[in-house]
This record gives sequence, structure tokens and C-alpha cells, in this order.
Amino acid sequence: MLAVGALLIGWACISRFGPWPRYMLPGPGGVALSLGHSLRTGELGRAVATSLYRLFAGYAMSSAAGITLGVMLARLSWLRAAVGPLVVGLQALPSICWLPLALLWFGLSEKAILFVVVMGSLLSITIATESAVRAVPTMYIRAARTMGARRLRLYTRVILPAALPGIVTGLKLGWTFAWRSLMAGELLYVAGGLGQLLTLGRELGDMAKVMSVMVVIVILGLGFERILFGNVEKRVRERWGYAQAEAA
Amino acid sequence: MIALDNVSKHFTSKRGTHHVLSDVSLTIDEGQFVCLLGPSGCGKSTLLNLIAGLDTPDQGTLAIDGKPIAGPGPDRSVMFQDSALFPWLSVRRNVDFGLELAGFRDKDERASRVETFLKKVQLWRFRDAYVHELSGGMKQRVALARALAPDPRVLLMDEPFAALDAQTRDVLHVELTEIWRATRKTVVFVTHNVREAVRLGDRVVLMATRPGRVKLDEPIALARPRTNEGDVAHYVGRIMKELRTEVEKVMREEIDDAWQPAPGAVPGSSSSGVGGGI
Repeated sequence: MLAVGALLIGWACISRFGPWPRYMLPGPGGVALSLGHSLRTGELGRAVATSLYRLFAGYAMSSAAGITLGVMLARLSWLRAAVGPLVVGLQALPSICWLPLALLWFGLSEKAILFVVVMGSLLSITIATESAVRAVPTMYIRAARTMGARRLRLYTRVILPAALPGIVTGLKLGWTFAWRSLMAGELLYVAGGLGQLLTLGRELGDMAKVMSVMVVIVILGLGFERILFGNVEKRVRERWGYAQAEAA
Repeated sequence: MIALDNVSKHFTSKRGTHHVLSDVSLTIDEGQFVCLLGPSGCGKSTLLNLIAGLDTPDQGTLAIDGKPIAGPGPDRSVMFQDSALFPWLSVRRNVDFGLELAGFRDKDERASRVETFLKKVQLWRFRDAYVHELSGGMKQRVALARALAPDPRVLLMDEPFAALDAQTRDVLHVELTEIWRATRKTVVFVTHNVREAVRLGDRVVLMATRPGRVKLDEPIALARPRTNEGDVAHYVGRIMKELRTEVEKVMREEIDDAWQPAPGAVPGSSSSGVGGGI
């Protein structure tokens, strides 16, 4: 709390006495006013709703596909040999680089931006799932087999739960990538959402608006990453007994 | 009755072919408690995996009541050195999961079986605990309950107490003996600990290494419950003598042909590592 207060005061001082004029670097007061204004007009609410909708839709698709693909890569060696290097290679490509192709394939539509979001998070979820499944102790699988688990039930009841801590870490990473891909996509390709609001602020020369949108992006990012995923990850690791091993 | 007929198994690695089991024949009667004893690398765990159906032999046949073993089945429960309990399930759900996989459909019946067997291993109080909250001995108790609950005909135990401290192991020996006397399951118990084998088994099968084969098949004609003193020591001494040459063989292969046993370093003395620690 104290640190946040100091930060706000520092920000106010730089804005007032710093080298940039006020209109280029507004202080916390100006940003708060702008935030209040865009909240009242409903502009911010609409942008947040649009962005979150895209985020959830894209993320849901890439989670489902990423986990499936990851499990398949981990268990099928021929598939791993065939597409494994491709997955690792494409993972190194920032997802926004897909935008030109996406615009060609899907046109100026929601699909194009969803595609960028999916490409941003899919592969990191795939890779995390693959390594988590491959790291499942063979002991669990052997024990389950002696108890009579086979095929689908072996996957759904034993292998996936055993790999869950690693999968959750991958999902958290995927969420971060999805969020960043979405913002990059919205900045470049204007069609509603928080990214567009940023571009709009820049075009109007309204830096208070730009900064207020940045604040909203930070708050949303922190909220989901730290509070939602952070807690889920912590509880899973505790339950699975990893937390103890780390403490010891 | 479990019948093994001329069973052979080898593994191939970079260092060459390793004959783990060579022409092993063994008959285990219904309700018998058999201890498979031997130094590391004698193939005793491989033999257990073959009976469990987790592995297949290169040659020979394995059968239970005349029916060949083709894969794992709910008639045979396995307990491992590591409890292999699932950390994402509570104690109660771990035992229940075993029942569900074994084909127990009725939920009420499952619940009552879970209660019966958790009480039998004295862990009913910890039914809602998770695996990371349990000690090593408690984990093995849950694993025992999980193995017994589906009412298998055969209980296969792969060094289940090897990682426990001596006191906990002693207590579990007594409890396992009690449970076995009450249920009369066929038990195949793998261990490298001579005292453990003599204390628990009706019969101790000593295995030789490279290639793995049966070296000595000794019935233990002692009344239960058994303690560590007296007659147990008599059997331990006899088996130790046979085991000595096998341990020396392992040492020579692992270290060098030039390995010379220090006086009293190899089994025979009660302070040695093989069989010690009880």
C-alpha cells in the first residue's frame, strides 16, 4: 500500500516537474478523471467486454486444442517425430506475425483476431502439456494398470490428473500469451476492444486516455494471472505434494 | 494355484543381453505366503511383474488355476515399494478408485468396503487426508487397503516395506501377518531382507543371480506370530549361507573380479546390510 502511494506521488512529481509537458505525460489525477469519464460514457465497459470476449473465446479454443495435442504428442512417438520440431519452431514466432496471413485467410473479421489469439497461446499450452504428461511417473500408470485401468479411463482418470500441475502452469503461461497477442492484434487491426481505445487515444493526442487504458490492462492482467491462476496453481501444487518438496 | 513353467526373460541393453530369468519353474499353492528372496538383479521383481501381467515372458508359461496370464487383472493386486497412491485423491477416494476399476458398480457397497478396509489398516481416522499428509508407513497401509479391498485372490508385494524405518516395518509385519491369517490370500512377497522373508513366509524361495533362477526353496515350519529371536535366527543363518555366494557374485560383477571380501563383511553376521536393519 505504502509502495503504491510512493509510486503515485513519484508519478505526480515527474508529470509536474519532469521534462515532458503535462499533455504528454499526465499525472495520476488526469488519468483518474479520464478513467471516470470513459467509464461513465460506457466506452471503457464496451471495450473491456469486447476484449474479454475475444480473449475467452480464443483461450478456450487453444486450451482444448493444446491439451489434446499435448497429450497426443506425449504418447504417440510417430506424431512427436513428425510435428514436434514444427511445434517448437512455431512457438518461437511471436503470434502477431500471423496477422498478415490471418487477414488474408479470414478477412477483416473477428476470426482473424481470434486466430492470432489462438496461435499465441496454443503452442505454449501444447508444449507444457506434452512435457507434463511425459513426466508422469510410470509408477502411477503401472499401478493403475494392475488395478484394471485401460485406454480412455487410464488417460482421463490417471494420466491427466497426474499431469495437472504441469498443465496448469502451461495454462497460466498460455493465458499471458493470449492476452498479449490480443492487445497486439487490437492495436494493429482496429475493431473495438481495449487495443482500439489505445489507438484512438493516440490519434486524438489524449495521453490521459492512453494511460487510463494501460492502467485497466494492467489491472485485468494482474487480476487473472496472479489471483485466478496463481491461486489455482498454488492449491494444485500443494495437493499434489510439490509444495512440500520445494520447502524441504 | 499359480504355476510358472520354464519361464525365461531377458533384457537387451547397450552392454549386451542380460538374462534376468532363466528356466524358472515354480508352483505356488492357494493361500500360501511365499517370499521371493535374493540380491539385487536376481530377477525377483521381474518375476513378480510377470505374475502381475505387467510384462510378458520370452519363453515358458505362467498360469493361474490353469488359465494363462494375459495382462493385469483384478484377481491380482500389486503393492509397490513406493505406495503409488494418487496424490490428487483423498485416502478414501484412493481405495474407492481401486474398487471402481475392479468393477464394483454399487456405490454403497464400495463405501462400506472402503470403510472396512481402512479400519483394518487403522487409518479410518485419516480417510479425508491427502497423500502428502501421510508418513511412509501410513502410505503403505493405505496401499495395502487399496490392494485388499477388491478382494483379489493373489496379493503381489514388491519390497513394500523396504523404504520404511525398522520400527514401522516391525509393526507392519505383525499387522500383515494378522491380515493374512484372517483373509488367507495367496501372497507373493519380494524382498532382499532375509529376516523379513523368514518372519513372514510359509516358504522362502531364494533366487540366484545371472541368470536369475531358483537356488533354494525352503519351507518355514514355524508357528506364528513369529519374533526375531530363536528359530527365526536358525533359518536366517541357513539361508544366509546360501545367499553369501550370490552376494559375492554380484559384488564381483559390479566392482571387479579382484574384489575380495573383507572378513565378516558378507552375510552371516547379523550386522551386515543384507537382512540387517530389523
